[in-house]
Amino acid sequence: MDTRSVGIVETQYATLFEPPNELQLDSGEKLGPITVAYETYGTLNQERSNAVLLCHALSGSAHAAGYHEGDAKPGWWDDMVGPGKGFDTDKYFMICANVIGGCSGTTGPSSINPRTGRPYGLAFPVVTIADMVRVQRELLRYLGINSLLSVSGGSMGGMQVLQMAVDYPEMVRSAIPIATAPLQSAQGIAFDVVGRRAIMSDPKWRGGNYLSFNDPPLDGLALARMVGHITYLSEMSMRRKFGRRLQDRERYGYDFSTEFEVESYLYYQGDKFTQRFDANTYLYITKAIDYFDLTNGKRSLAEALRGVRSKFLVIAFSSDWLYPPAQSKAIVSALKANDVDVSYCEIESDYGHDAFLLEVEEQERLISNFLAAVARETVISDPH
Amino acid sequence: MTLTETVTAESSNSRLDYDVIVRMVDRGMRVLDLGCGDGLLLARLINERGARGTGVELSQEGVQAAIARGLSVVQGNLDEGLADYQDQSFDWVILNQTLQSLHKPELVLEEMLRVGKRSIVGLPNFGYWRLCWLLLFRGRVPSTPFHPYRWYESPATRLLTIQDFRDYCRERQITILQAVYLGRKGQARRFWPNWRAETGIFVLAGRPSQAARQ
Repeated sequence: MDTRSVGIVETQYATLFEPPNELQLDSGEKLGPITVAYETYGTLNQERSNAVLLCHALSGSAHAAGYHEGDAKPGWWDDMVGPGKGFDTDKYFMICANVIGGCSGTTGPSSINPRTGRPYGLAFPVVTIADMVRVQRELLRYLGINSLLSVSGGSMGGMQVLQMAVDYPEMVRSAIPIATAPLQSAQGIAFDVVGRRAIMSDPKWRGGNYLSFNDPPLDGLALARMVGHITYLSEMSMRRKFGRRLQDRERYGYDFSTEFEVESYLYYQGDKFTQRFDANTYLYITKAIDYFDLTNGKRSLAEALRGVRSKFLVIAFSSDWLYPPAQSKAIVSALKANDVDVSYCEIESDYGHDAFLLEVEEQERLISNFLAAVARETVISDPH
Repeated sequence: MTLTETVTAESSNSRLDYDVIVRMVDRGMRVLDLGCGDGLLLARLINERGARGTGVELSQEGVQAAIARGLSVVQGNLDEGLADYQDQSFDWVILNQTLQSLHKPELVLEEMLRVGKRSIVGLPNFGYWRLCWLLLFRGRVPSTPFHPYRWYESPATRLLTIQDFRDYCRERQITILQAVYLGRKGQARRFWPNWRAETGIFVLAGRPSQAARQ
């Protein structure tokens, strides 16, 4: 374990929205109680002014950094979170929670419905990015944090960042949305539709009630993940990583066994995913992403961002075609139109959408310097 | 307190053109620096003049360096225009040592006059006698301290002189409010600037877009 690791960590749990104070969802339904799985790293200072919230992407969890006891692999953003890293746990108090609808400890479709004593399945209400942010907000309240030094996340995490800056402007002093978009594009929805159909057409899905049969739709979920994975890479990164190389063989077999390296990789990623992810959660989370549109009901994105008061650092990646830089630039333009203090960097990378997890050096430099500037301004404007 | 103490303006070599520009900008103004590079000029304007500044820079390296100074900078291509900025929304718009590298200088100049109440354009004078001398007697495109490049690596795609720029402003009815010409060591060159000055710095009057004027 390197010296820049937060070391062994444990997931914690909070129970929020106990009836009669249930969460009011965008769909009109109410939900409660909600268990939220979260982790924290670093120390909250006395003024409670150094808290940074991390929002995870589609398949992430509360486990952003460090190691769980006995695990060989660290949390999903361990490269960026730790002592001396981009999100420096020597300076900041980091919080990361599994989203509502998730399957890594927070209440979701695989949780037990207290009314029936059985897993929710499709009885779980459909949630949105704004609902996820409402839960994040409540968790912060539970932790006694009224103001965030920053909120950051990539992909769907970036959507939560934007939503939070819009819905709770007084809470968010700075925001770092990464490899994200102000709305899910038609192309993005299209890929999610394929993923959901893959799951729902697996006979083992059984209308979402597979948990009672102890025989989940692994093939459907694996297929959804395979499609998803293609959108996280780029033509260049696939060419570099696999090319047309064959896996463990010299010649074509002229059959339908797994032959190409890229084929083997996708199968592996698909199967690995089914060991840790729930098929219904995949449906709910992708649906939340597809509903995401900050401009919904507004004349423009600029109007949608009117109340925003946070200082922004927007980061995009040149080869990301799932959430291309043009979508980040649209965010920047709309922020500029509202006279919001914004910086924007398009990091040159071949990794595609995955770059937000892989381009560590450039992001570390950008984020650590940006947070340092926000922290300086915060300290200076402190009333005492 | 102000932002004054939050940005760092450190540099090994002092830039004489920066000194002139910093003196030109009044205190507490809103400044947009186009092609801000590593952000040193912007940082000086914030520190020494209490400016509220932001920048646009093409290179990732420049953006990184400017953010490291605590500045707010967006990565962007000036040749795409300044659609993100409203008419006359800045007190000063600065385009220093950048004009010669633009593909669409007319667009950018028109846009900066639209966005800024006043603009500063700083340009390398290719009519400077040393350059002419070098070209004439060595037969090679000369490099200068401002442009220490060979022809194949130079970002300068447009070679213009102080007189070229004055002509342009006259043709386009752009009002030059002030012009400062600097020799190699930063000394003012009032006479024969096109021959004797290495750098020209012009203050231009802004003008709202056609639509806004109607």
